[in-house]
Formats: sequence, structure tokens, C-alpha cells
Amino acid sequence: METLITILAGILVTAATYLILSKSLIRVILGTAILSHAAHLLIITMGGLKNGSVPIIGEGDANPVDALPQALILTSIVISFAVTAVSLVLAYRTYQETGTDKLDQLRGDRNE
Amino acid sequence: MTVLHWATLSPFLIAILIPFLYKYVRKVHTGWFVLLLPFTLFIYFLSFLSSTREGNVISEHLAWVPSLGINFNLYIDGLSLLFALLITGIGTLVVLYSIFYLSDIKEKLNNFYVYLLMFMGAMLGVVLSDNLIVIYVFWEVTSIASSLLISYWYGREKSIYGAQKSMYITVFGGLSMLGGFSLLYVIAGTFSIRELIANADIVMASSLFLPAMILVLLGAFTKSAQFPFHIWLPDAMEAPTPVSAYLHSATMVKAGIYLVARLTGVFGGSPEWFWIITIAGLTTLAWGSISAVRQKDLKGILAFSTISQLGLIMSLLGVGSAAFYFQDGNNALYTTAILAAVFHLINHATFKGSLFMAVGIIDHETGTRDIRNLGGLMTIMPITATVSLVGLASMAGLPPFNGFLSKELFFTGMLNATEYGIFNLETMGYIIPIVAWIASVFTFLYCMIMFFRTFTGKFDGSKLKVDHVHEAPIGMLISPVILGILVILFGLFPNVLAYSLIEPAMAGILPGILNPGEFFNVHITHWHGFIPELFMTIGVIVLGVILYLSMSKWQKTAFYLGERDIFNYAYDYGYDGLIKGSQWITRIQMTGRLRDYFIYMCGFMILLIGYTMYKFNLPSFNTMELSPIEPFIWIVAIVFIGSVIAVPFINNRLGLIILTGVTGYIVALFFVVFRAPDLALTQLLVETVTVILFMLAFYHLPKLKKEKTSKGIHAIKLIISISFGVMITLVSLSAFSMGSTAGMPSISEYFTEFSKELAGGYNIVNVILVDFRGLDTMLEILVVGVAVLSIISLIKLRFKGSEDV
Repeated sequence: METLITILAGILVTAATYLILSKSLIRVILGTAILSHAAHLLIITMGGLKNGSVPIIGEGDANPVDALPQALILTSIVISFAVTAVSLVLAYRTYQETGTDKLDQLRGDRNE
Repeated sequence: MTVLHWATLSPFLIAILIPFLYKYVRKVHTGWFVLLLPFTLFIYFLSFLSSTREGNVISEHLAWVPSLGINFNLYIDGLSLLFALLITGIGTLVVLYSIFYLSDIKEKLNNFYVYLLMFMGAMLGVVLSDNLIVIYVFWEVTSIASSLLISYWYGREKSIYGAQKSMYITVFGGLSMLGGFSLLYVIAGTFSIRELIANADIVMASSLFLPAMILVLLGAFTKSAQFPFHIWLPDAMEAPTPVSAYLHSATMVKAGIYLVARLTGVFGGSPEWFWIITIAGLTTLAWGSISAVRQKDLKGILAFSTISQLGLIMSLLGVGSAAFYFQDGNNALYTTAILAAVFHLINHATFKGSLFMAVGIIDHETGTRDIRNLGGLMTIMPITATVSLVGLASMAGLPPFNGFLSKELFFTGMLNATEYGIFNLETMGYIIPIVAWIASVFTFLYCMIMFFRTFTGKFDGSKLKVDHVHEAPIGMLISPVILGILVILFGLFPNVLAYSLIEPAMAGILPGILNPGEFFNVHITHWHGFIPELFMTIGVIVLGVILYLSMSKWQKTAFYLGERDIFNYAYDYGYDGLIKGSQWITRIQMTGRLRDYFIYMCGFMILLIGYTMYKFNLPSFNTMELSPIEPFIWIVAIVFIGSVIAVPFINNRLGLIILTGVTGYIVALFFVVFRAPDLALTQLLVETVTVILFMLAFYHLPKLKKEKTSKGIHAIKLIISISFGVMITLVSLSAFSMGSTAGMPSISEYFTEFSKELAGGYNIVNVILVDFRGLDTMLEILVVGVAVLSIISLIKLRFKGSEDV
């Protein structure tokens, strides 16, 4: 299971990197959003995917799965959501002001 | 803080007052206030003469950064005192001269005197300090003050060019010197010069001896304008003449000489030190004197003449350093060169100062310094002509002036070098006096050119900008006349200096050679009988006169017509090349494209981590600890892979959003499978809101187009992204396998055990979030808050680009 999930995360990273390398701003933002999924999957995988109960006391057996990675991911999800939201609004405003979302056109002069 | 410390720092303190004096006391020329200081200091330093004459030294301690071994310790022996007297004495005369040279109406005198005092204080600090780091600090202050003074008329392009050039070259040398000092500290564990001299044998035996020596010498050679670093000095002639007289003849350019003389006690006696300094000095001597002949500008001649005279002193120090090899202080064969160096140092300061001042007077009164336009000034400016004649005759080495004596001693020292019988001198040694003699011929030649072209011949007023040429005011003449009188005095009675100044200075340069109670034998006479040196001098005079008389023949050659030193081209091309090269490199890599920068980052990470994994025989796999895969997971995984791979290649906006949503929801599904209910909940909510946000944003954004990229770029993108993904996968797999074999238990058992007991909560994840690790959550809330505020300000605030934000 861990190997499979890790490979899935690697595929996510590949897609995200490919997106970040593209020319339009919106795809770059998508790429960062997808990259955060990969990170979350990796964090939970690294903790081990043992068969255990839900980490709530009194539910099932007395052997719950590792709760710490879950807490970390919960924090991370919220932060990456905030960053994605800000980037999106930034892209939207950029398009409003400059009329383009192409990074090559946003480059400005050669000597700046 | 003793009196000596205050004396050293007094120029800096007085410099603070200068702007106020300039602003509020406009009736009096500011220079008169400044004049008091160097004069007082000169008298003060004269009071040390009696103690250094007996071979005593004065040392004063003041802790600065004692933990690093940096102390502002001052140390006065014969060598320091000689330099201190030169600095303050010539300083007094230069300030006096500048009072009449610079008008207090047209010029910004406050700047001038602040820079000059700053320079004077720094120079005193260099020669009096015992600590290498303190010397370095003052050394750099002299570089800065010199650049400020060269660019005093900053409206002129050439002044700025000269100031920049001198700054770059001397600061380059200064930084090398700092490196050398640090190496000396590494070797001997001290920054104190006297302790270094006491531990000279440790320095000698060290493997860092040669690098330390070369780095220190780079500093000395750049400051003292030795070949090939001499190119800044001719361009520094854009400075006002008092500055040229003070900095670029008598004091700053001798700082390198001082350093070499001071550290002879540390490095002396080694063949490298001997040859490097001797060769550099002789090359500079020859190159400078030959170049001086080509100059048409009086200051240009004097600049190159200064270069060549500095080379002469430097080569004498090099030859004299062999005295350490023999450890024989009373054999004049080995110490004559040092005697000649010290004597010529004093002489050069006197005649070169007076010549610069004389040239300044000519410039001031005729408006030009070009020898092609000057001539016949002898009857118009009799006093200036006399002073120049004395100075030039001394520089050329004619009796009865002091230059003759030091030139004789110079020849003696160089001839003695052939008799040492060490450092391969028996074969190579004969080159030394020959080069010295040829350079002397050229020295004689440019002295003649300078005098006869300026003062004799026919006066032609039409070439000059000034209508009425006349002798300078008396105030301007005082300083050059005093220096001229000194030239004659030291020429006629050289032994006045012998045991008061020269002998203690020699003892400072050659420490530890004499037994206690002994003195060097310093006896300078005009007449030695018919010895080789005398014939050499006669040969110089004869050949020089012949060359001068045949000047019309070689005046048309390319050698004479060219003025600029060829090394300037090297400097200019190097400077331009450096700028162009840097721009080119920046243009190549800083494309301004996000994609390129991301490729650098990913590429670097791939290479670095790939190399590390190769180095440590990774990746490693471990199949022991893996949990089983349930069948339906395979279906989910296939759907997941399909949607993820499709995302980059979709050009339909709605499809793109849907696919992104699908990946997010599948991640939530994985969280369900991994028994993380809170995560699944959050992921579902966040993914929903994100999809809505994407919808909103896409509504306002342009249609997605298929990316047009060349095949090459596309291939690079694919390679980078795939290898990045593979690398992350491999690193994660290895990390997991290593983590499971390391046998370290997770800390989560603590949370499981005490969640209810300590925090009174059943949901372990939530207890961690708000109780065990509450800080993370608080700051995460802050992140969301800041994001909200920035989104609001992004949407609400519309600047047109001219407001004050």
C-alpha cells in the first residue's frame, strides 16, 4: 500500500512540475495546488498505513493509527488552501490590470 | 588613551570642526586653522628624537577588541618616527602651500581640508600602529581619503576616472594584504608586529610563509605604485597639486615602502623576499624612468618619476633584506642598501615635494602644464626656476645636492649585491647594477627635459591662456623654498641626519641584527676616491647629456609620441570586459521567465539528490512493513492516475476544473481509507471551495489555449517533471524503508495514551491540534486571516500608479 501511494504521489509531483513549467499563470497555480496534494499523501504514507482503528478513543480496538501526521496534514491543507486562494485572486487581478495571463508577456523589458 | 593616542587621532577630531570653521569664519582662509595641527604634531614628534637615537622605543597600549587580539597599540622606533616626521613636516608645508593655491571663494575648502586631515590621521595610524589589523583599518582609510582627494573636482570626468582607478587598485591590494595578515595570524597567533618579528623563525618555517608574503606584498606594491600596479598614479594627477605633492610623492605612496621595511624583520633573509622585491623594484625603476621621458605634461613626468624613485627605494629594501641572511650588522657590505633606502626616502620626499609645488606654481601662473607650450620662464619666475633647478639636479643625482649622495649609495648597494654569493647572485647579480645604471640615465634625461623645456628657450605668451605671466605670490613660494633649502642642507651636511634619523630607522628595519649597545656605521661623505660608483655617475651624466642633445632625432619616434602607459589598455579592457562579461552572464541566466528559474531549481535539486543517493547506495526498498492493498484501491488508483495525467494536457476550462476536483476528492477518499475522518472532512470542504474559486476566477480569465512550445522545450519539460517525480518517489520509498528499519518508536503512543487523561479529549487529532500543538493552529489561523486581508486589499484597492501608498 505504501509503495502504491508513494508512486501516486510521484505521479502527482510529475504533473504538478509539468504544470508549473507552463506558460500561463493559471496552470502554474493549478500546479501548486496539485503539488500540495502530493505532499499530504506523502506525509500520511510516511507515518505508515498500518491497519488500526480511527484515532478516536473508544472507537474499536485500542490500537488507533498514528494521529500526528493527520494533525500536520490538517494544518497543511488549510495553509495551502489560503495560498491557492491568494494566488488565484492575484492572477485574476493581474489579468484585469494587464490583460494577459501569459507569463512571457508579463516579463517586462529585457533590462529590468 | 595616552597623549600619543590623542596625537594620532587628533586629525580626525579636528576634521570634525572644519565645516563649522568654514561656515562661520569666512574672513579667514580655513587652511590657517588646519595649519596649526600638523605643525604642532611635527614639534611633538621631534621631541621623540632623543629617545630613538639611543635605541629606545616607546610603546603605548590601548585595548580595542582584546578578545580577537586587536589592540590599538602604538609603537615608536626610528622607522615610525622618520615617517611620522615626514607626514607631519611635509603636511605642514603642503597645508601652507594650499592656503595660497586654493582660493577660499571659488573652492569648497571644507571638503578639501576634511579629506586632507582624514588622510593625515590615517597615515599616522599606519606608521605608528603595532597591530596589523589596526594598520589595515588605517590603510583603507588612506585609500578612501586619497580617492576623495583625487576626485576633488568631481565635475571633471578625468578626476572621477583617476579616483576610481586608484580606489580599485589600492583596495584590491588592501584586501590581499588583509588576507596576508590573517595568514600571519594563523601562523604565529598574533597580530602584533613586534611579536611576529620575535617569532620570525616560526613564520619562516611555516608552509603558509609564501602565500602570506605574496599577499602582503600585493598590498605594498599596489599602494606604492610598483610595476604593474603603477598605472593609477599618473591618473591620480588630476588631483589639486597640493594633494599630488603630499599624497603622491611624500606620504601615501610610501606606505607600501613602510610596510615592506617594517616586515623585513619578519620575512627578510629568505630568497623569495629578496628576489620578488628586488625584481619588482628594479622593473618599476626602469619602466618609470623610461616612461617619464615620454610625458609632455609636467605632472605626468613627475608621476612617472615618483614611480621610478619608489622602485629604486623598493629595490634597495629588497637587496638590503639579505643582511638578515648574514646577521652581520657592522659589515657595511650588507647594510649599505638599507642605509641608501632610508636616506633616499628622506631625500625623495624633500625634492619631489618641492618640484610638485613648483609645477603647481607654473600651472597656477600660466594656466598650462604642457612642456610643448612652456619655455623661457627663467627670467619671469626666477625663484620657481631656482627651486626647480635644485630639485631636479638633486633628482638627477648631481653633486652637491642630496640626491647625488643617495644615488652614490644606491650604486654602492647594488654593486655590493653582486658580492653576496647567495641566492644565485653570483650569476644573476650583475643584472642588478646594469638595470639600475640604465634607469639612472633616463632619470637624468627627463630631469634635463623638464628643466630646459620649461625654463629656458623662448617665451611665447600666445600659447598661454593667461595674459600676464609673473612670479607667484610669496606665500606660495615659502614651502617649496623651505624644501629646496632642505635639499641643499642635506646635501652639504648629510651627517646631520645620520645618527638622528637614519641610523634609528635602519635599526627599525633590521631588528635584532645588532648586539645591544652597537650602532650601524652611518657615515655619508661626498668623496670616496676613484671608485666604480663615481665612474657610473660620470657615465650617467655624459650619456644623459648626449641623449638630450640628440633629442631632435628621437623626438619623432613612436616611442616619444605615445604618452599613455600600455598597461592602461590592459586595465581599461579588463574593466570593460569584466562589466560586459558580467552583463553577458546575467543576460544568459536571468531570462525573466518563471519557467527557466524553476528549471534551474528542479534541475539542481535532481542533480544534488541524485548524486547523494548514488553516493550512499540508495534507493533502498523494504517490503517487510508494507500494509496490504485492498482490491478496490486499484480501481481508485487507476482513475486517479488517469485524471492527474490528463490535467496538464486539457485545454477546456470546465474539464480542467472537473479533473482537478476529481483528484482532490480522490485524495479525500484516500484519507477515508487511511482512517482519517477529520482529514477527509476538511479535504472535501476545502476542495469544494477551491473548485468554486477556480470557477469564479476562470469566469474572468481568458480562454485556455493549447500551449505552443517547441519540441525541445517540451522535451525538457517532460524530462524535468518526470525525473523530479521519480526522484521524490525514490527518496520517499527509501525514507520509509529506512524509517521502518531504524527501530525508533513513534511519539504518537504518548498522544494516544494521554489524550483523554491530560486533555480530556477523545478525538486524538483534535486534541493534538488545539492542546498538544496549539501554536501551529493559532498561526495557521493567522495565515488564513492574512490571506483574507490580502484578497480583500487586492480586490478593493485600485491604484493608478501615482498615489503614495
